[in-house]
Amino acid sequence: MAKNPQHRDLFPGALEIMILQSLRLRPMHGYALVKHIQQVSDNLLQVEEGSLYPALQRMLREGLLEAETGTSTKGRPTRIYRLTASGIRHLEREVVSFERMFAGFSRVLAAAQV
Amino acid sequence: MPIFSRFFSKSRRYDDISVSIQEHIDERVDELVQQGIPREKAEKAARRQFGNLTLLHERSREVWQWQRLESLLIDLKHILRRLRRSPGFAITVVLTLAIGIGANTAVFSVLNSVLLRPLPYPEPQQLVSLHLDAPGAPGLAEFRSELRLSASMFFTFSKHNNVFQSMGIWGPGTASITGIAQPEQVGTAMVSGGVLETLNVPALAGQWLTPADQDTHALGRVMLSYGYWQRRFGGDPGVIGRTISVDSQPRVIAGVMPRGFKVVNYDFDLLVPMALDPAKEQLAGFAYRGIARLRPGVGVGEANADLSRLLGVWMDSWSNGPGTDPHWYTRWKIAPHLQPLKDLVVGPIKTVLWVVMATIGVVMLIACTNVANLLLVRADARQQELAVRSALGAGRWRIARELLLESVTLGLIGGAAGVAVAWAGLRLLAQIGPTDLPRLSEISLDARSIAFTLVLSVLSGLFFGAIPVLRYLPSRQRQPLLGAMRTASVSRDRQRGRNLLVTAQVAMALVLLIGAVLMIRTFLAMRNVDPGFTDPASLQTMRLAISENLVSDPRTVIRIQNSIQEKLAALPGASSAGFVASVPMSGAEPSWDQITIEGKTDENDNAPMRLFNYVSPGYFLTAGTHLVAGRDFTWAEIYSVLPIGIVSESLARELWGSPQAAIGKRFREYPSMPWHEVVGVVQDVRENGVDQISPATVYWPSLMAIDPSASQKLGAWRTVFFAIRSNRAGTQAFINEMQQAVWQVNSSLPVADISTEQEIYGQSMARTAFTLVMLAIAGSMALALGILGIYGVISYAVSQRTREIGIRMALGAKKTELIWMFVRSALTFTGIGTAIGLGAAAVLMRLMQTLLFGISPLDPLTFAAVPVVLVAAAALASYLPARRTARINPVEALRAE
Repeated sequence: MAKNPQHRDLFPGALEIMILQSLRLRPMHGYALVKHIQQVSDNLLQVEEGSLYPALQRMLREGLLEAETGTSTKGRPTRIYRLTASGIRHLEREVVSFERMFAGFSRVLAAAQV
Repeated sequence: MPIFSRFFSKSRRYDDISVSIQEHIDERVDELVQQGIPREKAEKAARRQFGNLTLLHERSREVWQWQRLESLLIDLKHILRRLRRSPGFAITVVLTLAIGIGANTAVFSVLNSVLLRPLPYPEPQQLVSLHLDAPGAPGLAEFRSELRLSASMFFTFSKHNNVFQSMGIWGPGTASITGIAQPEQVGTAMVSGGVLETLNVPALAGQWLTPADQDTHALGRVMLSYGYWQRRFGGDPGVIGRTISVDSQPRVIAGVMPRGFKVVNYDFDLLVPMALDPAKEQLAGFAYRGIARLRPGVGVGEANADLSRLLGVWMDSWSNGPGTDPHWYTRWKIAPHLQPLKDLVVGPIKTVLWVVMATIGVVMLIACTNVANLLLVRADARQQELAVRSALGAGRWRIARELLLESVTLGLIGGAAGVAVAWAGLRLLAQIGPTDLPRLSEISLDARSIAFTLVLSVLSGLFFGAIPVLRYLPSRQRQPLLGAMRTASVSRDRQRGRNLLVTAQVAMALVLLIGAVLMIRTFLAMRNVDPGFTDPASLQTMRLAISENLVSDPRTVIRIQNSIQEKLAALPGASSAGFVASVPMSGAEPSWDQITIEGKTDENDNAPMRLFNYVSPGYFLTAGTHLVAGRDFTWAEIYSVLPIGIVSESLARELWGSPQAAIGKRFREYPSMPWHEVVGVVQDVRENGVDQISPATVYWPSLMAIDPSASQKLGAWRTVFFAIRSNRAGTQAFINEMQQAVWQVNSSLPVADISTEQEIYGQSMARTAFTLVMLAIAGSMALALGILGIYGVISYAVSQRTREIGIRMALGAKKTELIWMFVRSALTFTGIGTAIGLGAAAVLMRLMQTLLFGISPLDPLTFAAVPVVLVAAAALASYLPARRTARINPVEALRAE
């Protein structure tokens, strides 16, 4: 994924966290995920489809997600992604480390302003 | 099983991805349509937003793959599919490689088993053979490259050395075994104390010979070889402690040595203690081969120095009897020259094997070059495809990888087939290989040979694959998409690449052919040597020993031998018979000593050593060794023990100037011996093989006075070869009749080593014949491959230049000129290749010098004739495809494509 700079995440792991957090609310299919992140972030974050599907597959392989056959809101066949127990644990760990990182960021930025 | 389930669920995963993505696009389209965009446009926009869908699919799937491996597998699938589509090409390449790699694997297996693998003894690097040089011992030094050890040397060395853990001496012998089944003659290894300790291989059953077995005054026990134990005793473990009759003496069996155990390279039946008596030993008696195990950390140089010191001790402690000078041997300039035991075992076959390996390696190179040429042609045809792929964004490395993968795949398939070829080749080798090939029984396809095959397959694949890759990768810049085939005839550059390969092939083929022809000339030169006997195929030989325990009186021995000889000569189809202590090339070498010439030499002079042989009347007639002057012995002379002798022609010329002058002259071995009169001179006999010089030989009567003190004490030569001239020689019926004839005289006499002189003669040429066959095979393969290469290149050039030929013809070129144009180009690179090959051959053939006989490594005839033949073959190979130009119709040629 790193081959093409246009497809790069905000920072490593950001896309995964957003997907995990979104799916924690309820199981969703791909299109719904994109829409959800877009709405919740007030259009500030736009998920690239080109990154979304490889990321979903990666998390499936790591056992953070499960996919099941389902239908979309429009009644078309699709796959619904659901968080697993290990996905929840992973999310919680990641959130803690992200918060620490943000705290660090803020302090560094605050110090620079003085 | 997560890996397997992952594999099995993969296609479902891929479906999931497609379904998800498709649904996503559909929703997006719906969304855009709702925003009022026409469906068609909406679909396009949605897809654009997704970017490269195939790539997205691929990247999503990659998550589930061992990416590199799978793309490799896909490439492999394509390659195999492509190979199936052109079976002619695939079969040609795989067969070429299978033969090339197979031949290499076979020869490598031999090389590995014989030369590289350590000897089958514990810590074999400590083992040395006690090789002594004696450049000052004339006669002997020219005939044999070493001086063997005497028993007194063994006593001095083993007692006083500071460098060996253990040492011993041994020699091959024979013994009659009676009382089990039919009387039987077996091969014995006579060993001193220390031999088993030095080789250090434990007994399979029972125990080793002990120092008590070496006691002169007791009858020591014996040990059996595994083979003899199986053959004669059916592997019965109860045989230990049993008594067998060895040369009519009862001997207890102490133990059995394990399978494959040999004393150095000698495959014995029975291990018999020498039981040397220090009280009876003299300085002389240089008959034994010495082996030793060095102490850890001791080098060969240190050991040599220690033995040099001990040679002085040896001369101080022993003598050759009263009145002799013990330091007389300083004239022989004896010097220890220890060698790793392996060098002794491997011996002269080393050069042969390396030459054959190098030869086969060159054939492999030629084969690879041919395959590379084929691949070039194939890559030519695929150039457009590769260019299209390159234009669509395939990386250079990706394309190179695929091309290389294809060639390595071909290499590996060829290698796998090659293992089968090698296996068959090794079986064949066991049939035609020289019987003197040491460690023949140890040859096998082991892990190292298989690893060699694998490495060779991959390397050759990379080698012949790299050539088209190097040629075609840069072509990207030249925009071949335009279809170079149509406009240009063929790029000169590309044709030059192929010509270069064929030039190299011609050069390599020439070197091999010259090697093969030199071997053929060597073989012919050896065949032309008069070996000192005639028509070996009708000369039947057998060995027979009459032990002292069976018949003690020497006169009786001679009578028995005489009556056997008469019975043999009277067999149907037999014309004459005789016996001798050693038939030519049997390796028996009865003994060596100096002789003194009446009125000529001083008894204490450093006269050359002469080979002694002992003959019966009629032997020379039977063998076809013709008398140059004088006459043969008569039976009356033998029985009256007259002091007479026969000498070889070279000895007569050396001592008396001419064979005629030698008749009537007298000589003796030691001062108390009566002077023996020369009654006959016989032609020289190649005693040790046709490529070895004939030793100056003295033939004594088979019965003679032996004791200097009592002239009535007689000695008869007890182990003799009988020779029978018969047109039925070699047939089983004749052999049975010979056996019967012997048993009519004495039923407890075993007969051994029944063969025709042809077989013995053939064995002495076996090494040359083997080298010849291998080089001839390699040379003809190289010639065939080279010719094929030239043929291929010219016929491809003709097919590629059809258009150009059409234009030339339309412009008025004559057909013969066009043919000549192609032949000339073939002759140009053949000429260059020949020149390079001649230069290389001149250098390389010197390495083969030791294998040649009677011919110079730069033999002008060979160096002139082989290139002529090669150039003629090349002209023919290029003329045949070039002739096709004559059939080209200019109109059709121009209209084609």
